Amino acid sequence: MARLTLDGLRTILVACAGEDDGVDLSGDILDITFEELGYDSLALMESASRIERELGVALADGDINEELTPRILLDLVNGAQAEAA
Amino acid sequence: MTRRVVITGVGVRAPGGSGTKEFWDLLTAGRTATRPISFFDASPFRSRIAGEIDFDAVAEGFSPREVRRMDRATQFAVACTRDALADSGLDTGALDPSRIGVALGSAVASATSLENEYLVMSDSGREWLVDPAHLSPYMFDYLSPGVMPAEVAWAAGAEGPVTMVSDGCTSGLDSVGYAVQLIREGSADVVVAGAADTPVSPIVVACFDAIKATTPRNDDPAHASRPFDGTRNGFVLAEGAAMFVLEEYEAAQRRGAHIYAEVGGYATRCNAYHMTGLKKDGREMAESIRAALDEARLDRTAVDYVNAHGSGTKQNDRHETAAFKRSLGEHAYAVPVSSIKSMVGHSLGAIGSIEIAASVLAIEHNVVPPTANLHTPDPECDLDYVPLTAREQRVDTVLTVGSGFGGFQSAMVLHRPEVAA
Amino acid sequence: MSTPDRRRAVVTGLSVAAPGGLGTERYWKSLLTGENGIAELSRFDASRYPSRLAGQIDDFEASEHLPSRLLPQTDVSTRYALAAADWALADAGVGPESGLDDYDLGVVTSTAQGGFDFTHREFHKLWSQGPAYVSVYESFAWFYAVNTGQISIRNAMRGPSAALVGEQAGGLDAIGHARRTVRRGTRLVLSGGVDSALDPWGFASQLSGGLVSTVADPERAYLPFDVDASGYVPGEGGAVLIVEDADSARARGAERIYGEIAGYAATFDPAPGSGRPPALGRAAELALAEAGLTPADISVVFADGAGVPELDRAEADTLARLFGPRGVPVTAPKALTGRLCAGGGPADLAAALLALRDQVIPATGRTARVPDAYALDLVTGRPREAALSAALVLARGRHGFNSAVVVTAPRL
Repeated sequence: MARLTLDGLRTILVACAGEDDGVDLSGDILDITFEELGYDSLALMESASRIERELGVALADGDINEELTPRILLDLVNGAQAEAA
Repeated sequence: MTRRVVITGVGVRAPGGSGTKEFWDLLTAGRTATRPISFFDASPFRSRIAGEIDFDAVAEGFSPREVRRMDRATQFAVACTRDALADSGLDTGALDPSRIGVALGSAVASATSLENEYLVMSDSGREWLVDPAHLSPYMFDYLSPGVMPAEVAWAAGAEGPVTMVSDGCTSGLDSVGYAVQLIREGSADVVVAGAADTPVSPIVVACFDAIKATTPRNDDPAHASRPFDGTRNGFVLAEGAAMFVLEEYEAAQRRGAHIYAEVGGYATRCNAYHMTGLKKDGREMAESIRAALDEARLDRTAVDYVNAHGSGTKQNDRHETAAFKRSLGEHAYAVPVSSIKSMVGHSLGAIGSIEIAASVLAIEHNVVPPTANLHTPDPECDLDYVPLTAREQRVDTVLTVGSGFGGFQSAMVLHRPEVAA
Repeated sequence: MSTPDRRRAVVTGLSVAAPGGLGTERYWKSLLTGENGIAELSRFDASRYPSRLAGQIDDFEASEHLPSRLLPQTDVSTRYALAAADWALADAGVGPESGLDDYDLGVVTSTAQGGFDFTHREFHKLWSQGPAYVSVYESFAWFYAVNTGQISIRNAMRGPSAALVGEQAGGLDAIGHARRTVRRGTRLVLSGGVDSALDPWGFASQLSGGLVSTVADPERAYLPFDVDASGYVPGEGGAVLIVEDADSARARGAERIYGEIAGYAATFDPAPGSGRPPALGRAAELALAEAGLTPADISVVFADGAGVPELDRAEADTLARLFGPRGVPVTAPKALTGRLCAGGGPADLAAALLALRDQVIPATGRTARVPDAYALDLVTGRPREAALSAALVLARGRHGFNSAVVVTAPRL
């Protein structure tokens, strides 16, 4: 199964929640919290729902919190995929 | 001299009972009416519990034509209107119809009928280009639900100002608040006001599933709605309605009407924060409470009972507790606070009116209804939430509040007319 | 601040998003030049629908007007509402630096159809793919309170706010409630109405009830008060007005005052079968009384103009009774945009204020032949210049809603 890349995540975020005018998503965003990237819990839930449908990985309710960053999210998704493989 | 507004008639349709008496019996017994969804196959959904009403339109006296014509939510509103008018003893036929108004609240209006018609027109969702050959003659009324207040107006003989107030989950408070303004300013002498919602349908269940606002506690439906409890994890969707007859105080007195309560104050504010999220500090709800007490010219210590929004979501109960402390100060710790959503669930726009009904009945009977299912303390919710058992005590003044998507925060102060300064 | 009964509610900003004219001045120009905003539906293949015309906004690129973050969560109607709110606030010169307390800024809007296009997509996803496909945004993008909530959030307006539904009359009710809210002590209330339901399901739904014209020619389909009136054409859009306490507006140095919302009233028709006449005239009389005016003070009436012969006749009778036969110039410029549901009343109100500003009455679209029996002085064919000091705006909603607003030219 395809791994979720940062680029793939960017595409999902923009499709599900747009992008904040003051944030450059193309930069080094791996360790910036989603909150700082301008994404609230709704944006993340919409994105998580898309990830679940496309990659078959469901995030736990507690995974979406104020500390979540793209790196943590990618690790969660790709780690779960590795486990399932 | 400001015209004063009183409630002289009450009609309720809530889960667990068919009328006002059954509703109050359920609340004071601390019984719950939430159950597994029976209206459709809920197995594909995350939350499969609801507060459903066993509503028999024929037994309620609706003719076959009315049953065909009226959406379920409209039937609820009209049934409650008939009850409220009968309860008030008001002879509407003897009144000038132009002095009677209607303010009906609803959050999602004809959602259930919309979905039923959608399935017909789209061939169960197969066609994006729906087939106009299968268009119901009532479809316009489900799209644009002005017919709901219109049916209430016809039932009440109202020809004054008629509107629908649709502020999401504060609709049922705000519709009554709107009615109060109509009477105070002199646009009407009598207003039939309240709210109805029948959201137990797949699309609405799916909406709240998506944002995980409803509880997934499907293995324990009767104890699924747990406001202020440490184990709460979402609200239980419900349907229901409550309607009231509101009158100008002196006219009600002159005709010897039974007065349940005076609406002393009402206020609403928006948090301008988030469509679904709440700030922890409760600032805007506290401001609504302050403004409503101010309008009622009552000190915060006059509040004998707080009828909370208490939806049972993590964020709401914390937000609301903060708002009570912010607005009521030390009195927040002394006054009993309870959520009837623990028993009848959260009927979106309708619940604000159902909670007004509970509030005026608390004044009527000097009983504070409990918060059912409250066993586990939450350090963030540290007020007196009247767990499990109703409490007999003097109730002269009630504060009832609502909070909803879009950021609406509303508060109303109800009291015995004698309490007024 | 002045006492409640003396507070006057004035309009200090406005904006319109309507077929044929995005933005106030474009809209006004299209009304004065008679540009027809009604055309064949272009949003989807409507070939099997019995009516295929609509007043569509075809020059609104949402990403040019709204931040990207708002796009996935908003229906087209909410996008119009948010953009129009931005323009109206800018027009009024109101912003974070205006020094207005957040609780002194309210929002009262009307929509009768909610976020319908958005919700149709979610219904389709639910039933064709399953619950997991339903968007988190559906929980609020659909409901009737969405525009009030989104405008409040975008502009940090935390004062008394509401959303009203009353079909075509609801937009004027929102203005009336904004006026009430100002008179009760809130300094500024952003108000108005917007609707759009031109997706396949929404459009089909608008056809139910049989009041929509089946005439295929966009120049002939919606002819209010014409002998050939055949029904109406649905449209999308609406208007936003900044309703403000007059003293407060002066205190903050508001750049302009379009006029005063001098009177408002709403009534409801007797139940069907009662045999008694409709209550539109009573709404007009009550609004006039509130304004302290008589029919003779009214310089122009912006009529509801249903375009359905029976309803046109009822409105004409009402006007003749109030003003005398041909007693006042009457117009229904919505003939060029279609009926905008909750957006219709506020768009008419915007047109009325612009008419007071420019001392000219726009014409009633393509309406040309008015039955003599209507006894109407209908402005047709081309705009009419006139000395205008006060306008009466009327709106009716299906099943018996009547609303009336009186606006007067700013006091010098």
